[in-house]
Amino acid sequence: MDSALLIHRLQFAFTVTFHYLFPQLTMGLAPLIVVFKTMFLRTGNETYNQAARFWAKVFGINFIMGVVTGIPMEFQFGTNWSQFSRVTGGVIGQPLVMEGVFSFFLESAFLGMFLYGEKRLSPRGHWWSAMLVFLGSWLSGFFIIVTDAWMQHPVAFERAADGSFQVTSFWGLLLNPWALLQYAHNMSGAVITGAFVMAAVGAYYLLEGKFVEHARQFVRIGVIAGLIFSVLQIFPTGDLHGKMMAKYQPASTAGMEGLFESESGAPMVIIGQPDEERQRIDNPIVVNKALSFLIYGTTSAEVRGLNHFPKSDWPTNIPLLYYSYHIMAGLGTIFVAVMLLAAFLLWRNRLYGAHIVLWILMLCLPLPYIANTAGWLTAELGRQPWLVYGLMRTTEGYSKYVSAGNGLFSLLGFMGMYAMLAILFLFLVSREITHGPGDPARDETIGTITA
Amino acid sequence: MLLIWFLLVAIMITAYVVLDGFDLGAGVVHLFVARTDDERRAVIRTIGPVWDGNEVWLLASGGTLYFAFPLLYASGFSGFYLPLMIVLWLLILRGIGVELRMHLESPVWRGFFDGAFSLSSLLLTVFFGAALGNVIRGVPLQKDGYFFLPLWTDWRVGALPGVLDWYTVLAGVVTLVALTLHGAHYVALKTSGDLSVRAALLARRLWPVLALVTILSLWGTLAIRPELLRNYQAFPVLYGIPLAVAASLAAMFVYQRRQAEKAAFLSSCAWLVFMLVGAAAGVYPNLLTSSTTSDLNITVYNAASGMHSLSIGLIWWSFGMILALGYFVFVYRMFRGKITAEGGHG
Repeated sequence: MDSALLIHRLQFAFTVTFHYLFPQLTMGLAPLIVVFKTMFLRTGNETYNQAARFWAKVFGINFIMGVVTGIPMEFQFGTNWSQFSRVTGGVIGQPLVMEGVFSFFLESAFLGMFLYGEKRLSPRGHWWSAMLVFLGSWLSGFFIIVTDAWMQHPVAFERAADGSFQVTSFWGLLLNPWALLQYAHNMSGAVITGAFVMAAVGAYYLLEGKFVEHARQFVRIGVIAGLIFSVLQIFPTGDLHGKMMAKYQPASTAGMEGLFESESGAPMVIIGQPDEERQRIDNPIVVNKALSFLIYGTTSAEVRGLNHFPKSDWPTNIPLLYYSYHIMAGLGTIFVAVMLLAAFLLWRNRLYGAHIVLWILMLCLPLPYIANTAGWLTAELGRQPWLVYGLMRTTEGYSKYVSAGNGLFSLLGFMGMYAMLAILFLFLVSREITHGPGDPARDETIGTITA
Repeated sequence: MLLIWFLLVAIMITAYVVLDGFDLGAGVVHLFVARTDDERRAVIRTIGPVWDGNEVWLLASGGTLYFAFPLLYASGFSGFYLPLMIVLWLLILRGIGVELRMHLESPVWRGFFDGAFSLSSLLLTVFFGAALGNVIRGVPLQKDGYFFLPLWTDWRVGALPGVLDWYTVLAGVVTLVALTLHGAHYVALKTSGDLSVRAALLARRLWPVLALVTILSLWGTLAIRPELLRNYQAFPVLYGIPLAVAASLAAMFVYQRRQAEKAAFLSSCAWLVFMLVGAAAGVYPNLLTSSTTSDLNITVYNAASGMHSLSIGLIWWSFGMILALGYFVFVYRMFRGKITAEGGHG
């Protein structure tokens, strides 16, 4: 691969992967905070409000990291992928501006009120500020998914004489069926992160014997939301997404599954290492005919393997694609198992004393981050070698005038900058977790920060 | 339609400069005018509820360029690769400087974020000014519409300039002075006591500097790009714009002495608006000028998206802007007036 292209790809991959560590928690926590605020309004129990305040502080730190790492994403379309921007601006420029105009303005206006305005607003007014921040963050996610979905499955466009893409139907672009499914799958993934983080912090407090009343609320809300969305993640959203990929991106599906040869009654590989040179899976553990069944609903259907496609159309990094997909799907299955177990104990009223399960919930904290990251790697590696699936190759899209040396300069700069942000984030969030919820003096000082 | 989108982009960039301009200006004066921890906290609190929303105008302007003039976005952003990357890092530092400072009661922690906030704001004003200078001066566009600029070459305005040369540095200095003054007006308006007095004093002292660099920049611009007067000669009514710049300078002078904080702040808003309008009126229909031959200019004609895209864009864009203006009115009303010592904005 051209070394400049490699650097441009690495930089986008690195900055977007790091960036998405933050919005997934923002979008996942926002609805859970609204749940706490709602329960406070309905019961008048102040501990629910304290819980909401505690998570609002974590949310605030997380949000600012999302904002500062998000700006480079929009810039890089132009700086590093200029040829791509030049030909697609007429289409995906739209959802990108709409994100700014419809969601960032909304979020920025109400976030300050939500984080710092509790004393100025009525309880109902403050509930609304939380609700609008939730709405803004989820709208923002929608526009980004519309952008990505168009690259995955281009719709509602025509090619102009100069080769550029022009939108033909506004609603066709926004209601791209790929976008709707991908959005459902992605947002469910974000709530899983929010729920697992909440349950993990609650489990940690219970194991330490601190903030017990709040901790039980965290575990309860976390486990209930975690169970609902872990199930939704697999069925129907993951299932339908997989079928859609098999239909429109069959080469990606073959790469994800490590299916080198077309096969009727294709098996599903659970574990194994893809060997691209010999075109086989080493040390495979498989479920016979499962892949055909999952995709086509019958055990005898033929699934097209990589050999069906010209090698120039193969995903460019099959081993990483394969592992990303298997890590995502494997973790997704584990999430359902963990949350089923925890929810069962919760229902039997035994969860808060079940130390082993609390340990498991606590240690699960990083896993949704890994699963969400692996999911995005699957989507974007599966799209390769295309920028716009089937229409524009990745090799055609990058900024030819930005040399590898200049690209490496900025990539290294981002690495240094983001290392600092990561340290600050972990330090500040662990401080909040140490202080815990329900300290009135602390709520007071935070209430007067900045705003 | 092309003129409409040109105007919309110009309006959005102007909104960004006026709004985030006082955040950046407040950042520059942060270290010099505010002396105690309480005063620095006060400066941050004046922009705390609004800076993020103000910065969204930058994102929205960038997005609108991407959508309406993809060639300009592609060419400009990749050609100014190095300075833009530096701008991104500075925006990150500014953001965490504003938001993370108050988290710890430690002098070292706060000192670090004070420095990050102030220094990044200062450098951002210079870089944004230099960026505008580059657009006016022109860049060595190639036949395929692209270019790549090193940070500097020989500091001269020639066919192969760098991002920084004497002209763009001058533009950077003009912006630094103007936004510092603008930010000082804002801090004077939003705070009380010593801090407000000192900020107003700084603004008064900067006024002659601003008047001087305004004239210098006008002279420099006409020296390197005399053809910018073309539109002015065709539509003499445009000569009203430089007069308006002069009027806003005069208004600033008068209101500063009358200690009319709000009117002084509005005059620096007006100065920024008219300077940008003057530049936009001069460059239209060019978006990015070629420093070699005008055949290669990027103009609204060769850079725009298809008409259908632009027409439907106008519908949702207007709808979104009405909402955005609503939020802005709401937020600025909510946080109107001077901030008080006891965290009245909390």
